[in-house]
Amino acid sequence: MSEQKLQSQTVQTTGHAWDGDLQEYNNPLPVWWVYTFYATFIFAIVYWTIYPSWPFGKGWIGGLSDITYVNSAGETKTHSWNTRALYLEDMNKAAVEQKPYFDKVTSMSYEQISRDPEVTAFILSSGKALFADNCAACHQSGGQGVVGFFPNLTDDDWLYGGSYEKIHQTLMDGRRGYMPSFSEVLSGGQIDQLANYVASLSGLEHDAAEAKAGDVLFHNETAACYYCHGVDAKGRKEIGAPNLTDGIWLWAGVAAAPSGEGKVAAIRTVIAGGLSKGVMPAWAGRLSPEQIKVLTVYVHDLGGGV
Amino acid sequence: MQTGLEDQLGLYQKRIPIFTRSVKGRFRRFKTSVLVLAYAIFFLLPWVPWSRLDAPAQAVLFDVMGRRFLIFGLTVYPQDVIWLALLLFIAAILLFFVTGLVGRAFCGYFCFQTLWTDFFIWIESRIQGERPARVRLYRQPWNREKLLKIGSTHAAWLLASFWTGLTFAAYFAYAPQLVVDFFTGQAAAAAYITVSVLTLATYAAAGLMREQICTYICPYGRFQSVMYEPETLAVHYDAARGESTHGRASVRAGRGIVVERRGRERAQATVVQERRRVNRNSGERALAERHEQGLGDCIDCGLCVQVCPAGIDIRDGLQYKCISCGLCIDACDTIMDSFGFPRGLIRYDSEKNLASPTPAPPRLEWKRLKIIGYGVALLLMSAYLVYSISTRGNFDRAVSQVRQPLYVVLSNGDIRNRYQIRITNKAAEDQVYTITARGIPASALDLAHFREITIKPGHSGLVQASVRLPPALAAKTQQFEILITPKGKPAEARAEVVRFDKPSLLP
Repeated sequence: MSEQKLQSQTVQTTGHAWDGDLQEYNNPLPVWWVYTFYATFIFAIVYWTIYPSWPFGKGWIGGLSDITYVNSAGETKTHSWNTRALYLEDMNKAAVEQKPYFDKVTSMSYEQISRDPEVTAFILSSGKALFADNCAACHQSGGQGVVGFFPNLTDDDWLYGGSYEKIHQTLMDGRRGYMPSFSEVLSGGQIDQLANYVASLSGLEHDAAEAKAGDVLFHNETAACYYCHGVDAKGRKEIGAPNLTDGIWLWAGVAAAPSGEGKVAAIRTVIAGGLSKGVMPAWAGRLSPEQIKVLTVYVHDLGGGV
Repeated sequence: MQTGLEDQLGLYQKRIPIFTRSVKGRFRRFKTSVLVLAYAIFFLLPWVPWSRLDAPAQAVLFDVMGRRFLIFGLTVYPQDVIWLALLLFIAAILLFFVTGLVGRAFCGYFCFQTLWTDFFIWIESRIQGERPARVRLYRQPWNREKLLKIGSTHAAWLLASFWTGLTFAAYFAYAPQLVVDFFTGQAAAAAYITVSVLTLATYAAAGLMREQICTYICPYGRFQSVMYEPETLAVHYDAARGESTHGRASVRAGRGIVVERRGRERAQATVVQERRRVNRNSGERALAERHEQGLGDCIDCGLCVQVCPAGIDIRDGLQYKCISCGLCIDACDTIMDSFGFPRGLIRYDSEKNLASPTPAPPRLEWKRLKIIGYGVALLLMSAYLVYSISTRGNFDRAVSQVRQPLYVVLSNGDIRNRYQIRITNKAAEDQVYTITARGIPASALDLAHFREITIKPGHSGLVQASVRLPPALAAKTQQFEILITPKGKPAEARAEVVRFDKPSLLP
């Protein structure tokens, strides 16, 4: 019954007629649509009063929902609503929630931390975020480093020492690795001899005669490699001189070179060119002491320390 | 001016109010018992106590903040989300299975929209009276009586809606505390939002919209047709019997009662008065007389329409608005009984059976591919859910290999892989777990100080393990097992197989 009634309704026109019979339909918007439209006006007014909206003089109308936060300088600030203030407020709240854990980290010794499953779990997750924010740009997200640029933190070779204390010192004060260039001190043939000797130290393919000559050069005053790398070529951690007898190569692309000659050539490049890019910045001023402590433990656990 | 203008169909239809007549019978009894049982469970369950060591003493508590569901003796953690998936699957399949067999039984008897609407109609009829009284009240102008009756009905609905909302919220917080907090303004904002949204939604859905929810909003009402087959039992009007060759007709004066259109409201009362006389007259004889005249068995009393909560006429055939509640069957049976006619003019039957020249008594036909398929899926999944719950260990574990880097070559040429082991204690008390390895030398596994780890109930522990193998052994090792054993319960030990990665070219 109602369907019949609905079907018999005719469409209204605006009442005008052009050219005799040209008419315009009057199809008013549905009522619900119109009321929804009105409701958006009310919504807008409510929104203006709550959130920053209109320009006013040199500023703007701030609205009712102010946000109070403590900034990095420790000052308490109140600002009209914006996402940055909201973020800082959230970070304040997160810092309050994290504080008991950081307090625990600060109060415990490294030995105690390594035996406490809860604190260790906290360091594994918070350290991961800190590492990703501050360290991963060079050392990569997993701490695996880049050959020729940034040391691998997941292996067992520590240039400056892998104890908690040494890692902490590295983080606080930074490091600067340096090796002079030998291209002007030594002849090309002498550099070849040294490169073969270094290759022989870690059991790589080499020319035995050249290596023997290199051995002499390494230990006399001509090249004087032993000053830094030690008489046994096992390096000196106090100055960050690497161990040349193990299978780990940070600066020379030994692992990537396909042939024995290539590996020797890679070593030769380092001897001839020297190094001055081994720079690790100091973090003492940039991170808080407890953050550095968290990172110390995190980095220590990456490679299992020493 | 109007010449040449097309007719346009209206897009919206105003709700036509439905005033259902109450009825007695088998289906009404079944519906009432389902309603009472469902309400008893829903409204009382949050108040059932259950003593626990570390949680509120509530038998069923969905502890969202604690990330666990406490269901009697069972504690469900987010890691058990597979159970939820299984439960949803079982619920869906059960729905399909039942619908394939007996039509929209869920809609008619179990759906909360139907239950709450039924309850609200009951409230309405208690306050405003039976259908004729309600129709009269609807038509009469606003006065004190109408204001009072309509007002109190809506107040009662709102109260019922409010308690529905509060009960729902009570599943998520310790109920006795929540109710006190709620009225003293101490409850969480989420509680107030939940309760007010549910109060309004219940009031609107069960009080104001009712069958419109089923007709326009509910998707299940629309896709149920794909589950129907010709063999599916559904509420049907036996048109062949009801209409015969000359259609339905009222019982003429002298033979029974005249049920005029205007007099329909009085039909039931008159029916009762006349019942004895007509029955004595023998329904069979009356029926034979009607059949002679080519009249069907339907006396067109319209009772089936009056009792319908969806406001439809079942005699128009199976239709999408029908929620299959069976009340028209009760109504028709009552009338048939009173005339001494055989029952079942409206009955549960299948389209296939009704279409046959000589309909057999309706029966459940389950030997169909669809039904058997649903049934098997239902059995398998239910069995798996029960198995999964009953054999669940007291702890969860996940062992994932550290992928950056996948392996590390150490200074002496050894290969090291690292793993993160996460153990979640699901038992009710602290537990010590021992971690060991199988398939590699015991000394190759380095767990620092965590060969044993103590974990609190409901908490997770994270352990870093590193495995160091000499090149020769590394080359042979594709994978090994990490074994996690709750201390003192060797039977509950679980092993996880993990990969061991190494450079493609080992020296």
